[in-house]
Amino acid sequence: MQAFEYASPRSLQEAIRLLPAQWGPTDVLAGGTDLVSAMKDGISTPQRLVNIKQIAELHRMTFSPRAGLHIGATVTLRELLDDGAVQQHYPGLIQAAEAARSEQLLNMGTVGGELLQRPRCWYYRNGYGLLALRDGKSLVPEGENQYHAILGNAGPAYFVSPSFLAPILIALGATVQLHGPRGARSLPVQKLFVTPTRVGQREHDLAPNEILTEIRVPYRPGVRTAVYEIREKEALDWPLAMAAVALRQEGGVLRDPRVVLGQVAPVPWPSPEAERTLTGKKPSEDLADAAGRAAVAQATPLSKNGYKVQLARIAVKRAILSAVQQGG
Amino acid sequence: MKIRVKINGVTREDDVEPRLLLVHYLRELAGLTGTHIGCETSICGACTVLMNGAAVKSCTVLAVQADGSEITTIEGLSGRNGQLHPLQQGFWEEHGLQCGYCTPGMILAAHQLLSRNPHPSRAEIRKALEGNLCRCTGYQHIVKAVEWAAEKVRAQAEHA
Ligand SMILES: Cc1cc2nc3c(=O)[nH]c(=O)nc-3n(C[C@H](O)[C@H](O)[C@H](O)COP(=O)(O)OP(=O)(O)OC[C@H]3O[C@@H](n4cnc5c(N)ncnc54)[C@H](O)[C@@H]3O)c2cc1C
Ligand code: SF4
Ligand code: FES
Ligand code: FES
Repeated sequence: MQAFEYASPRSLQEAIRLLPAQWGPTDVLAGGTDLVSAMKDGISTPQRLVNIKQIAELHRMTFSPRAGLHIGATVTLRELLDDGAVQQHYPGLIQAAEAARSEQLLNMGTVGGELLQRPRCWYYRNGYGLLALRDGKSLVPEGENQYHAILGNAGPAYFVSPSFLAPILIALGATVQLHGPRGARSLPVQKLFVTPTRVGQREHDLAPNEILTEIRVPYRPGVRTAVYEIREKEALDWPLAMAAVALRQEGGVLRDPRVVLGQVAPVPWPSPEAERTLTGKKPSEDLADAAGRAAVAQATPLSKNGYKVQLARIAVKRAILSAVQQGG
Repeated sequence: MKIRVKINGVTREDDVEPRLLLVHYLRELAGLTGTHIGCETSICGACTVLMNGAAVKSCTVLAVQADGSEITTIEGLSGRNGQLHPLQQGFWEEHGLQCGYCTPGMILAAHQLLSRNPHPSRAEIRKALEGNLCRCTGYQHIVKAVEWAAEKVRAQAEHA
């Protein structure tokens, strides 16, 4: 690993002052489960790391029915899972966080780092960059694309968004707070994710000198949620496809359904098609199946990932059925 | 950069390079070679140690991230007079190891489990150890070793 200097500021302002306006020379360090690996592999080569784990205000978690759940960016996945209010009011979040494999990862990985972890695309992880270019052309369409995107993959980006918390957070209407030199801004979680279109652009709407400080999840009693993911193996891996669902039942029919797919596109992928299929209908296995079909109707699989279309369809169907069965 | 770490009850201060990994710090500066290095990519869990009681993969933690913390390695588990920890005894009694490469990491991951859940089911033991790979035993004996240790800790608690 290349040498770098290390700063561990205690205040947010100080941390932001240490971040330059371009990507590259400085990286924010939270748990390091993703970043330290990337540094060992030479994918990230910062000259300075800014550790944000000493900043007390980033490590708070609060809940009230009015304000909802506020999760500080450096709250660990373990702390999230152990929190009584989260267990009681946000079963979908628990379900999604539990999917992170290994106790060691839950202990070190933070909620902010989970949202901002970099893609697992093996071209990216082997130094070809996010767009996997060689001689100006993407290696993915004719390459080893079995784990790449099946939706939103017109190019030049073909990687899949790796976050497993983002789909359920989006389904729950969560927002993130970002702090930079010019103050704070708030974004719906969906808007945090962008599909890069040119070299050097990141997959997050986060400036190099901004810090994600907090995730805010509204409290919506009566909303049923579920996450369903499909993996190649049980341990230590990212899902091949996943779906998160939030919906209400009123007078025997479904209201305000939100269906968001993960691991299928360069960003978490909401499916208005599936949502339209569900709205106002009586839940049934056939309806869930129809929503699954609608969610992948526009899929454009690459040469080796056609199997993911079926997995995504099934994930949507099963997440819907499980949300319906779960109750409030 | 100066760091202060309490390792197995003994506080050390060292001046380290920020890029030094915790596992190298433990093995090379502290001389505690019981913590193994396997994959070095945070997959295998051979390098697992406890940081403030929580299992972490020390090959993907910087030594500077451990500043101010308490670390427990496999060397810190046995009693003063060399008395084996119930988990160490369990691995002995139930043949929880063959080559022994994964064992220190397995034991520390199991240690965290028992401190959180003294009565784990087999499924819970397997779940708690999913970040640790073993290429020899097929895991069956490891699960039994942890069950043995849980039983022993329980019996000791009843005696006390
Ligand atoms: C072996 C292994 C297995 C895994 N298995 C799974 C799995 O099964 N399922 C799954 O979905 N995930 C899995 N993960 C991913 C894991 O969830 C993430 O690595 C982890 O949550 C990242 O959190 P962190 O705090 O360690 O982030 P870091 O590594 O510290 O940071 C990640 C990135 O986000 C940036 N960053 C972090 N926090 C902030 C902030 N507050 N503001 C601005 N930038 C920030 C960093 O600069 C860095 O680029 C796995 C990871 C590994 C290494
Ligand atoms: S037999 Fe299995 S565990 Fe042993 S070396 Fe071969 S692949 Fe690895
Ligand atoms: S050596 Fe650290 S996880 Fe394999
Ligand atoms: S005993 Fe050999 S790797 Fe587990």
